[in-house]
This record gives sequence, structure tokens and C-alpha cells, in this order.
Amino acid sequence: MNNPEPYPSSDPVGKLVEELHRLPGIGPKSAQRLAYHLIRMGDEHSRALADAILAVKQRIILCSACANITEADPCRLCQDSARDRSRICVVEEPMDVPALERTGAYTGLYHVLHGAISPMNGIRPEDLKIASLLERLKGSEVTEVILATNPNLEGEATSMYLHGLISPLGIKVTRPARGLPVGGDLEYADEVTLGRALEGRQEF
Amino acid sequence: MPRPKTYNTEGVVLKHMRLGEADRIITLYTPDRGKVRAVVKGARRAKSRKGGFLQPLTHVRVSIAEGRSLDQVVEAETVASFRALREDLGLVSTGMYLADLVDGFSADGAVNPAEFRLLVDALGGLESAERPEQLACYFETRMLGIAGFGPELRQCVDCGEELSAGDHVFSRAAGGLVCPECRSRTDGALIHVSMNAIKVLRFFQRTDFPQALHLPLTDRLIQDLRRVLGNYITYVLEREPRSAEFMHLVSSG
Repeated sequence: MNNPEPYPSSDPVGKLVEELHRLPGIGPKSAQRLAYHLIRMGDEHSRALADAILAVKQRIILCSACANITEADPCRLCQDSARDRSRICVVEEPMDVPALERTGAYTGLYHVLHGAISPMNGIRPEDLKIASLLERLKGSEVTEVILATNPNLEGEATSMYLHGLISPLGIKVTRPARGLPVGGDLEYADEVTLGRALEGRQEF
Repeated sequence: MPRPKTYNTEGVVLKHMRLGEADRIITLYTPDRGKVRAVVKGARRAKSRKGGFLQPLTHVRVSIAEGRSLDQVVEAETVASFRALREDLGLVSTGMYLADLVDGFSADGAVNPAEFRLLVDALGGLESAERPEQLACYFETRMLGIAGFGPELRQCVDCGEELSAGDHVFSRAAGGLVCPECRSRTDGALIHVSMNAIKVLRFFQRTDFPQALHLPLTDRLIQDLRRVLGNYITYVLEREPRSAEFMHLVSSG
């Protein structure tokens, strides 16, 4: 005999478990645990959570210039007059922007592609925010585009593809150096990383 | 808890997928176990000890621990990183296509060391290939043969008569050329193949790397080969390999 479903998705608890289970990294057990926690949580907190989720969905849009997620269009970074408008740093995901911002080493603008070319997974160039990037570059004051896609096969392929499209526009195309991670051990570095780190060595 | 069983093998990473916060699942093509899927913990972290070794299109030696549902890569080292591939869009898009074909043609659990050898040779050859399209055609022809779909190019697939020299038509459903007499009786789409294309395909079938790449072919002839092979492969796999479109986009741009 099959075990009966503990919470059929028709009842409120079952529905909640099912919805939580859809989230990344949440298995069936975690979903149940979270559901119980939410049930025990005070009204005020559960309302705040529900409101926050709805607010994100209703108010968050993509910036019409850089395609980053934002509440206002253009986004805060694109509006900021203190930023260097001659540089655009191209990244794969919105989460890459705060990572680069934390370095404090970059003051230019961004462009978010929302993915990387991955032919085997069916992600084609036209599925990314590439057309809007080229549109943005045409007739702009941009003199340098930094291709900060992820240093993996798909990210590199995306960068090479973009390089082919952007360099004919007469704009300098650069990419972050490949090298050894701070705090890592040399012996554990793979050959490609180590090779590129040696090629990119700098005088002391 | 009993210690998980681990095994050592080598393989080429065909593709990877994100898993959870910082992990990846890789699909590895091995000579002794066929397609193997395994989790690489923390592969997406910048300081990962394994992430860099396990990029798609690298030939690696790995230790894998058997898990209840998914196996896990414990250790990895590079046999060949095919680095030149990663630095040229035409080469990398072709490499992705080769990996996609191996993925498409190999069923889970099917072991085929010849296919593994072909892939390793092709990726190595691709690094210095002046004409990646020619290498792709050679790979397609050999891959079809190894997978048991080798096209019949000497006799009519219908009546078995030896084919005369000249242009012929190819039947996807029958997997080979059809003679002029049987042509009218053959159902399904027929693809025209020029005499020179037939000669090249026969040459590819019996020639090993790297001689097959030394044959000077015109662009026109390569186009011809691509059309027949691409069409036949789409028929056999019941889909166009997804990476084919990107490879064509790159080679035509």
C-alpha cells in the first residue's frame, strides 16, 4: 500500500509545503520544517514576509539601460553622476554587480547579460541582453568595455563572442586578469589558471 | 556509517550544470564506464580545488565516491586541458558540438572505449585545426560508424547493387545511398550527395587522425558534407544537436 500524502496540496499546509519545495536548495523535509516554522511565527512577521515577496515581484524591474534589477528606472548606479561613464563592465548575473562593487576598485557602469551562452543547455546569444548592450554602445561616450563574465567555458565563450561584436565599434575591450586566488595554495591550482597567472605576471 | 566506495577513472567532461549554492553536476565520458554523472562540491567557488580542473572539454583523471543517489568527485587532475580550444570562439563552439554529439549518441551505462578515443583525438586535433568544420565532419562520420549508424556508401541500401561512380541520393531512414533504379520506390526524404562528397565520406570512414584532416577540401564540399551529415544526425538523434546552431552562427560570422 502506498503511504498517503501527509499534506495533500489541496489543504493550506500542503500548498505552502509545495511552494517552498520549489525554491532552490529546499528539499521536501526542509520545506515541511519551514512550513511549520511559518505556522508558528507571529502574524506580524508572516505578513511582513508575504509583503516583502509581493513587493519584490511588483516593484522590481530591469533597468532599461544596464538590465540590472532595480526599483527605479534608470537604476541607482546608472543615475549616479559620480560614476565614470566611459567604462561599462559586462557581467552575467545581477549578483555579480554587488560582488564587484564590494571591491571598491571600479567606478564605471555595468551591463547585466542575464546568463552566458551555453549551446548544450539551449542558451543562445539572442537569449541574453546583448542587443541592448550594442545599442547602448553605439554613439556613446564609452571607451572601454570590461568583459567580466565567469571564467568558465560558457563565460569565456560569451566574452569571445562579445569581443567579436564590440571591437569593430572601435571600443577597447578588456577582461579581468586570470590568476591565483588569494589564500589558495599553488599546488592545487589547475594548469589553465596557473598558466594564465604566469603569463600575466607583473614586476614586483 | 560504512565508508563510501570510491573508484578511479579518466574521462572527458562533456557538460556541467549548477547545483545548489556553489556545487556543480558534471557529465563525464569515460572509456570504462561510459557516461558518468557526479557532483563536484564547491566547484563554483573561486577557491575551489576542483572547479578549474573539471571544466567542460577537459580530459581528467578523477576519484569518484559512490553515493546513494549521486556520485561525488573526490579528487581531480588534468590529463589534457586543450587550452587552445578555450581561446578561440570557432574552436570552442566546435568542441562544444563534439561533446554534445557524444552526449547525444551515448546511452547511460553504454561503454564504448572507441568513442572515448575518438573524442580525445578530436579535441587534441581541434587545438591546431585550421578548418574546424572539416574536423567536425570527420568526427560526425566516425561517430556515426562507432555508434552503429555508419552510412552505407558503397552499395544501394535497397537492392544491394554496387553503386556506380557519380552523384547519388541518401536515404536517412535506410541510412545509406540509393541507386537510381530503387530511387523511385524509396519513401521519405532523399538528400542529394555529390560524387566528391561520397568519396570524402568513404575516405573518412577508413582513415584515422590526423591524416583525415590533411585532405584539402573546398568550402563548397564541406558545405555539402555538413548538409548530408547534419541532416542524417538530426534524423538519428530525433533532434538537431542544440550546439549545432551556435557552431554554424560562429563559423558563418
